[in-house]
Amino acid sequence: MAFGKYKEVMALKAKDAKVTGVAQDGGVVTSILCYALEQGVIDGALLAAKSDTPWLPKPVVATTKEEIIAAAGTKYTISPNMSAIKSAAREYALDKIAIVGTPCQIYAARKMQLYPFGARHIADKIALTVGIFCTENFSYAGLKTVIEDHCKVPIESVTKMEIGKGKFSVKGAKDVAIPIKETHKYEQDGCHVCSDLTAEFADISTGSIGTPDGWSTCFTRTTKGSDLMKKALAAGLFEKKEMAEFAAPMGLAMLEKLETGKKDKAKKTVADRTALGLFTTPGIVY
Amino acid sequence: MAKPKIAYVHLSGCTGCLVSLADTYEKLLDILGAVDMVYNLTLADARDLPEGKIDISIVEGAVCLQDKHSVQLIKEAREKSGLVIALGGCAATGCVCNFSRGGQANQPQHESFVPINRLIKVDAYIPGCPPAPEVIYNFCIAAVTGDTQYLAPFMAQNVGGYHCGCDLQVNVVQNSLCMGCGTCASSCPTRAIEMEFGRPSFNNIRCVKCGACTAACPRMFLPVAEIQKKLMV
Ligand code: SF4
Ligand code: SF4
Ligand code: SF4
Repeated sequence: MAFGKYKEVMALKAKDAKVTGVAQDGGVVTSILCYALEQGVIDGALLAAKSDTPWLPKPVVATTKEEIIAAAGTKYTISPNMSAIKSAAREYALDKIAIVGTPCQIYAARKMQLYPFGARHIADKIALTVGIFCTENFSYAGLKTVIEDHCKVPIESVTKMEIGKGKFSVKGAKDVAIPIKETHKYEQDGCHVCSDLTAEFADISTGSIGTPDGWSTCFTRTTKGSDLMKKALAAGLFEKKEMAEFAAPMGLAMLEKLETGKKDKAKKTVADRTALGLFTTPGIVY
Repeated sequence: MAKPKIAYVHLSGCTGCLVSLADTYEKLLDILGAVDMVYNLTLADARDLPEGKIDISIVEGAVCLQDKHSVQLIKEAREKSGLVIALGGCAATGCVCNFSRGGQANQPQHESFVPINRLIKVDAYIPGCPPAPEVIYNFCIAAVTGDTQYLAPFMAQNVGGYHCGCDLQVNVVQNSLCMGCGTCASSCPTRAIEMEFGRPSFNNIRCVKCGACTAACPRMFLPVAEIQKKLMV
């Protein structure tokens, strides 16, 4: 089944101007987290926030709306959010933690819930998982190379970056867009075995693929995710459209095409590496 | 169905694994209620394994090769038991016992401490120092209810024997599998792992060789079917 198991899929756009001003796309992650915090569904969230190094994210434990909003926007490099879950449970003493992350980080959180080898009284505090669509990721050095060597823009001047329509674009000292093809060789190789584009195991997953600028495609996948989203919609957090409004080749057709491409690539990578005699993760292609 | 007969065999370990089992709070009663505990030196006053067959022996601690009684006990546990489970780092990987070089009062001759699979065949391993109460609980319930799909990763033979934080480098990073999630770092009991630019950076001096980081890494195994069945509801 395309897109994994889900209950509802919809196009969303946050109404709160504070959120849309800073969000990458429809502001779904930021809005739903703020709402979950307000409603007491969570008491904090693990997020990728800005660090002192330009565009190097660092995992943070956000416990206020302001902190959640401050962390909005896509980071095109790795933020090891799961590394902060222990301090969220211990130092911050949170009982209801939201995990926000790429599909692979959702895998990590889900595996920890079932097999918490070294996570004493931590996994039971995961209250919500919000997944972000992901096609691939860059190491920090890889991202810097793309921006500085290929786009020829100093990374510290960059104010926004975006992947879409076959381009990698940055706004900074100047605005530059390069063909996405040029960036492929800097992708982290660990991504090439990954078959999950739409965060198939999150309570709620969202991303820009399939919807026009300023909107996000959003799946609810569990009862918990679906209930929370229904309440948020009833509370008027989002403008909502049916995905059917975006006809092929846009909309779900586009998402499915990219998803199939990612799954095929992962299968091929796993087969190639197995042929070389290398270990690959049991269960990773499905 | 008769309750399975369980023996809790305590070798050279700190009793932290037993404490972790008890740290499941009221859930401990589910476990104790589902089994017939026939031997547990720490909790009950019987010095020897009972006569006859035992369904499952849960072993905590490494075996000291200079301690004849321990060697004999682990052999006897194997012979009598349908299944032998290595609970926790010391039994499964040797853990902190790997560092022993003998010379300690009052048994200075006690020098060599090995994970139990050095001497006997082991059916399942639960790594960690100690393993989290929740993973012990999940394991016990799965064992009692025959949930083999859940148990499979514990039964992989590479989970036992010597482990180290270096495994992340050798098995995950060197196989181009790491994606920088940071789970290894939060699974380490001694905080020997920090994430640097999206990869585990490992401090060997802090590592107690418990095996938790590798077991927890989603790139070592990914339980997709289990996640689907148990969490996507
Ligand atoms: S492509 Fe997969 S492995 Fe890579 S960052 Fe995205 S979700 Fe993680
Ligand atoms: S790095 Fe930490 S979790 Fe990994 S084996 Fe060493 S002590 Fe255990
Ligand atoms: S747990 Fe995550 S960060 Fe650690 S080695 Fe595995 S994939 Fe890499």
